[in-house]
Amino acid sequence: MTQATTQRWLGLARIAAATALAAVVGAGQADAQSGQPIRIGSTLALTGPLAATSQVHKIAGEIYVEQLNKSGGLLGRPVEWVLKDDQSKPDLARTLYEQLITADKVDLLMGPYATGAILSAMSVAQRYNKVLVHHTFGIPSMAKYEMHFPAWALGPTPEATFPNQLFDALAASPKPPKTIAIVTSKFPSVHFLSVGARDVAKKRGLQEVLWLEWEFGNRDFGPIAARVKDAKPDALWIGAIGLEGVMLLEAAKKIDYEPPVHFHLYPAPGPTAKAPEAKNALAATIFEQHAPFTNNPVAANFVKEFNDRAAKAGLPDNSVEVQAAASYTAWQILTAAVNGTKSLDDKAMGAWLKANRVDAIIGKLRFDGPSNYGDDLMKIKQLQDGKWNVVWPKEYAAPGASLKTP
Amino acid sequence: MPSATLLGQSILSGLFIGGLYALMGLGLSLAWGYLKLINLAHLAFAFLAAYVTYQFVGYAGLSPPVALLIVVPAFFLLGVALQALYTRFAVGEFASLLVTFGIAVIVESLIQYFWTADFRKLQIEHGTASLRIGTLFVPVIEALMLLVAATLSLATWAWLRFTYLGKAMRASAENPEIAAAFGIDPRRLALLMSGIGTAYAGVAGVFIALTSTLFPAQIFAWVGVVFAVVILGGLGNPLGVLAAGLAIGVSESVTMAVTEPTWAPLVAFTLLILVLILRPGRI
Repeated sequence: MTQATTQRWLGLARIAAATALAAVVGAGQADAQSGQPIRIGSTLALTGPLAATSQVHKIAGEIYVEQLNKSGGLLGRPVEWVLKDDQSKPDLARTLYEQLITADKVDLLMGPYATGAILSAMSVAQRYNKVLVHHTFGIPSMAKYEMHFPAWALGPTPEATFPNQLFDALAASPKPPKTIAIVTSKFPSVHFLSVGARDVAKKRGLQEVLWLEWEFGNRDFGPIAARVKDAKPDALWIGAIGLEGVMLLEAAKKIDYEPPVHFHLYPAPGPTAKAPEAKNALAATIFEQHAPFTNNPVAANFVKEFNDRAAKAGLPDNSVEVQAAASYTAWQILTAAVNGTKSLDDKAMGAWLKANRVDAIIGKLRFDGPSNYGDDLMKIKQLQDGKWNVVWPKEYAAPGASLKTP
Repeated sequence: MPSATLLGQSILSGLFIGGLYALMGLGLSLAWGYLKLINLAHLAFAFLAAYVTYQFVGYAGLSPPVALLIVVPAFFLLGVALQALYTRFAVGEFASLLVTFGIAVIVESLIQYFWTADFRKLQIEHGTASLRIGTLFVPVIEALMLLVAATLSLATWAWLRFTYLGKAMRASAENPEIAAAFGIDPRRLALLMSGIGTAYAGVAGVFIALTSTLFPAQIFAWVGVVFAVVILGGLGNPLGVLAAGLAIGVSESVTMAVTEPTWAPLVAFTLLILVLILRPGRI
């Protein structure tokens, strides 16, 4: 039996054990649920330009709430998720969070998806002194509210820590790059990290041969690809969101150019994996569905459940990565705060979260740093043989995977 | 200073994206110019056609030309049916803005229902194939798209100018009562024109599927530039639409090549404002 087969069997055994455990615990506790449901209110961008990612958050949230109710709910009460569509509009998110608190009278809040909407929700949470746990907020320094808690563990200064991590990985490769081109969308959370990468590259002595910005929604990547080709960088940082990176690589291929090393900040993982031009693409992540992440039985169980639900929902990519993992983590944080304080008191929960660590599927989280951020848990993944594998830091690398460079 | 190769490659890139602008604007311009309908749903139909092509080519295994042969007649019929409804309910020029916006929203929702809001990208064999001419590369699909845009624009112009039906169409648009007195049936002509315009949306959709990333909310991201093309080109003027599409496409691309790419979106609207100031009778 090969090592890979053994690992697969071990993985299956862990999933089976976790499922059995959940069933036993659930059977014991489900009966104990009584009383009015605890209502948790949130919005997601179910329509509009951010809808693609919000579907992932919706499925992850539904799985979590179902699992939670099966295992006894919160404080012995069932949990109800009150979800509204903010249409990818931060101004609408603000109104809906007001509505959730004042009209729907929800007990707890869960954050929306995307930096703009989260900022809107945060201002409402602050006005009503509510704890706000949120999924994927991209600019930590902008989060000033003392009772916001990020599930996406970027650390307080990702604009420095994350590019350093990427450049560390590249520096450890057999042929470290000496020059870099940084091209980026002006989508705020993407642009912010790209500007940081520029500063870090300079400090590390990487020569910047090109810096370009485009508006979010750019349709023509031909001229940008031509400029990158002209600049001949050793490495290319693409501050891309969605499929912008793939569009740039396709445009480059059409002019017979292939960047030697290319990093994509927040790509759409599924469609990117299917694009032949994206071979060996590097990207940021906090979780991928392979060991060591799936050594955690809760994570393994969630991966299995998410894969099934996403397939049924018709999502082109069914795997658990950054978005789904951050979403599930957000629910874990909220649950930990309620269980830790045995109450729904926002101030008590906020204080508990600041004083304690939370075990989540993306790792052990703390909220005692600047702007309630703890450690930067970001990692580097690479598209290898059509599959995303974490390659850096080495202790999180997929079994047998290592960074591939030309 | 950009190299000659970079400039040349960017101009080519601009011609190709300009061809797509023209393809998307052509049906819109015809409907606005001849039927007095400001058809916001036109872009939604183009993206619906793109998703249908994605389905046919990506899942049913049809080749793109076969998909085109199915999509174009289907969208022609869709255009005819919608025009019958517009006529039945006497939808006027300004009411059409509201009605077609509603249709666009419905189409967007249908797309999201059937294909989800996730990104879709059609991967076809040789999708990134290019021809090399000197130091420049000419992507095959984009070149074909430009050729189709130019051919359709020219053919539509010739049809309107030289054929009986085309002349009748122009007469009917200019003065329906007098045209009717000469035996022209404006209702039937409107059905035909609407069918042709929507079929052009189908053609544009096939090329969108072959060259772009698809997601439902993208529909409204194209409204600004396509309307700029239509107004710059002149309502109901197929050659004008082609010229405006190419002018905007090339201006955007050259802007991206020589300055910051973030300036590119300003180009279309700067050109539009200049034309409206210098030639105010454009709409």
